[in-house]
Amino acid sequence: MSKYWVVFRVALAERLVYRADFFIATFLRFIPIITTILLWRAIYDGADRTEVGGLAYRQMVSYYLFVMISRAFGSMPRLATDISADIRDGGLRKYLLQPIDYLAYHLALRVAHKLIYFVMAAAPYAVVFWLCRRFLPGWPAGETLGLSVIALVLAFLLGFAINGLIGMLGFWFLEVGSFLHVFMTAQYFLSGHMFPLSLLPEQVGQVVTYLPFAYETYYPTLILLQRLDPGEMVRVILVQLVWVVVLAAATRIAWSRGLRRYAAFGG
Amino acid sequence: MKALFRRRYKQVRAVDGIDFDIEPGEMVGFLGPNGAGKTTTLKILGGLIYPTEGTVRVLDFVPWERRNAYRRQFALLMGQKNQLWWDLPAAESFRLHKEIYAIEDRQFDRVQGELSELLQVSDLLNQPVRELSLGERMKLELIAALLHSPRILFLDEPTIGLDVVAQASIRRCLREYNQQNQVTILLTSHYMQDIAALCDRVMVIHQGRLIHDGPLRDIVDRFSDYKLVTLKFPEGSMPDRLEALGEVVKVDGPTVTLRLPREAVAERAGRLLSRYAVSDISVQDPPIEEVISRMYAEAARLAPQDSPATGPVAARRSRT
Repeated sequence: MSKYWVVFRVALAERLVYRADFFIATFLRFIPIITTILLWRAIYDGADRTEVGGLAYRQMVSYYLFVMISRAFGSMPRLATDISADIRDGGLRKYLLQPIDYLAYHLALRVAHKLIYFVMAAAPYAVVFWLCRRFLPGWPAGETLGLSVIALVLAFLLGFAINGLIGMLGFWFLEVGSFLHVFMTAQYFLSGHMFPLSLLPEQVGQVVTYLPFAYETYYPTLILLQRLDPGEMVRVILVQLVWVVVLAAATRIAWSRGLRRYAAFGG
Repeated sequence: MKALFRRRYKQVRAVDGIDFDIEPGEMVGFLGPNGAGKTTTLKILGGLIYPTEGTVRVLDFVPWERRNAYRRQFALLMGQKNQLWWDLPAAESFRLHKEIYAIEDRQFDRVQGELSELLQVSDLLNQPVRELSLGERMKLELIAALLHSPRILFLDEPTIGLDVVAQASIRRCLREYNQQNQVTILLTSHYMQDIAALCDRVMVIHQGRLIHDGPLRDIVDRFSDYKLVTLKFPEGSMPDRLEALGEVVKVDGPTVTLRLPREAVAERAGRLLSRYAVSDISVQDPPIEEVISRMYAEAARLAPQDSPATGPVAARRSRT
């Protein structure tokens, strides 16, 4: 266990090398929200409705703000790309030579990246949320807060498993860049990052809300938004758990199959 | 259209019928032209790939099972790949290695101290790796590979692209380390000096086959049938018809280099000395590079047309 703790610490140190870049990037990430808010203002005014997809304008704005938090947990920038690149250009070698587990190593790395992100991004988030305070619901009850934290941690694990699994494609295909691009776009849409999934036509929505992507962003965001009753929150967390277990197992299987293939075609 | 979904791959045998044993503490050089199968063999030994046929045992482990117990006992260092974290000082990567390999504090401090002293990189440990030169980086890579005191060290061109001083320093480190720790070293290099300076035993692989296994000296005996005789004549007494003496390789002022058949060297040299006034004479083996390239040419000529051929892939390897 202690080796993954050191991986974590080394990753922290590495991240801090780029702290200035990081700080600026965090602020820049909020800019698209402004245009989204303006767009929705126009939609609500134009449609002359107080609710779209079951959300009032105020809730719509806070949906996007809370999506930022869900994404802060669930997004795994470059994980799939990094893994497939390691496979393609032989970077995987050093992990196979050393007594270390590649996936556990990446998980430790990602925990470090996330923690650094939370620490660095706390101030920018606080500023933005304070500025937008009139859109937000009040502080949640302790129970909702607790379930939110659990749902967010599971969103992190789910994001890790989904993107890890996609990265394994590198074992079977030499170039996965364009596929990853399509996948990222689909994920952006299917996870509810682009807009709340309640806007989808009913049949489509029913399918989409069973996919793992919805549990990466959409449902954790609804919990933060205090839109779900306790029973629903527990259901969300259970489904998240199931997806995490299923996808983690799939990733493991892909890993060991892929490794046999990798070994066969030349390491 | 079919090709889009079901691609055909040509099967190429990268290594074929390589059979060898290495004893603990040996330093073995692994030679062969590019694409001969050296790296493939090292990858098999390191457990990165597995052969379609044949058996391999290293320290009684099957490498491609990648047991942690095995992985703790060897290191594979590739001159063209880096293990150190690019943006961090090497000391950080070393600490990571310490944990990954569960190295004890005392041993870690000792090995890191000794090796950075030996390679003269003590003051570079805390600089980000990206700021270092290739030679400095390679030295630190070597330290990283030795931190866990591996019993076996596989080195794939550890001196590639380095200047002569850095090459010599890495060589010296390897030799001293081998003597002090009885570590077994299997090394590939295109620099003959590396091999000549380090390895008592040389294995030559060509198109996936082992064509020589023995002392470097034997290669010279086996694949060069001539020697170079250099004669220096006193001022103005240079003979006119040098061709009569043997094949002339070079004339440089009063110095003449001749290529003479090995078995005729003694007799012809005697004749030369008795017939002409010679102020200096030396008899040398041809440069090792030349011998090696001759050997490759020979091997290519002898190999069957459709090679690397049909025999079983057997990378048998065992150790005591």
